[in-house]
Amino acid sequence: MNLRRDVFQAIADPTRRAILLLVASHTMTAGAIASNFDTARPTVSKHLQILTECELLEQKQAGREIYYYINAQKMKEVAEFIEPFRKIWDDRFNKLESIMKEYKSK
Amino acid sequence: MELKTKIDAEAGKQDLLITREFDLPVELLFKAHAEPDIIAQWMSNPHTTAKVLKFEGKKHGSYQLESTDAHGNVVFRSNGVIHEFIPDQKITRTFEMENAPFGVQLEVYEFEQLTEGTSKLDIHVIYESGAKRDQLLALPFAQGLNMAHNRIQEILNTLK
Repeated sequence: MNLRRDVFQAIADPTRRAILLLVASHTMTAGAIASNFDTARPTVSKHLQILTECELLEQKQAGREIYYYINAQKMKEVAEFIEPFRKIWDDRFNKLESIMKEYKSK
Repeated sequence: MELKTKIDAEAGKQDLLITREFDLPVELLFKAHAEPDIIAQWMSNPHTTAKVLKFEGKKHGSYQLESTDAHGNVVFRSNGVIHEFIPDQKITRTFEMENAPFGVQLEVYEFEQLTEGTSKLDIHVIYESGAKRDQLLALPFAQGLNMAHNRIQEILNTLK
């Protein structure tokens, strides 16, 4: 295992970013993840291995299947993890404020 | 510009706190959460239009929202029930995104007057588990990551 892999290397690849986005919304098996890409299954497996090695993804064995889920704890190290979520709320509230200021002046 | 909204999401917990101060009297801040027409306006954004399908602003009431994209396709629906509805003070409700794996969340909205013309809103959101909370937080992050990289790619493509 290459311990020098870091999260930035992991997210530099578009396929790996797409995998993260998929797994962010649903815990998925390797097969289900691979079915979303035209890439060969071994290539997807390699991407999953890299994402798992740098702990952005975690594996959970359930019967014969391995499920992948996102390690939000590690994602937090990538950058300002919570900022996009905060931005959504801030945009909404800014809009609320301007609508109600209009309302007030009516 | 610094964001006025604060989000407190402690590691390992299954809840979070959203806090925001408004340049509005508390009555108007509450009204923005109590009138379906106004809710639909501020829940809409440049990409999606929100519609309030049902809204009963009272104890034992329920609500349902829908978001559609520019082509009129439904992006998502959400619904919940209202447990407490105290004008200018408090709303306690549940929230559930339909056909999504995030479960049901409990939301406590507390409205507070600061001065005659300013007010504060605290939203305490409790998720079914810490993992579900983190999954929901990760979603806009992952989307943003993809969009940012796509934009960089578009710029690079024009340079080719």
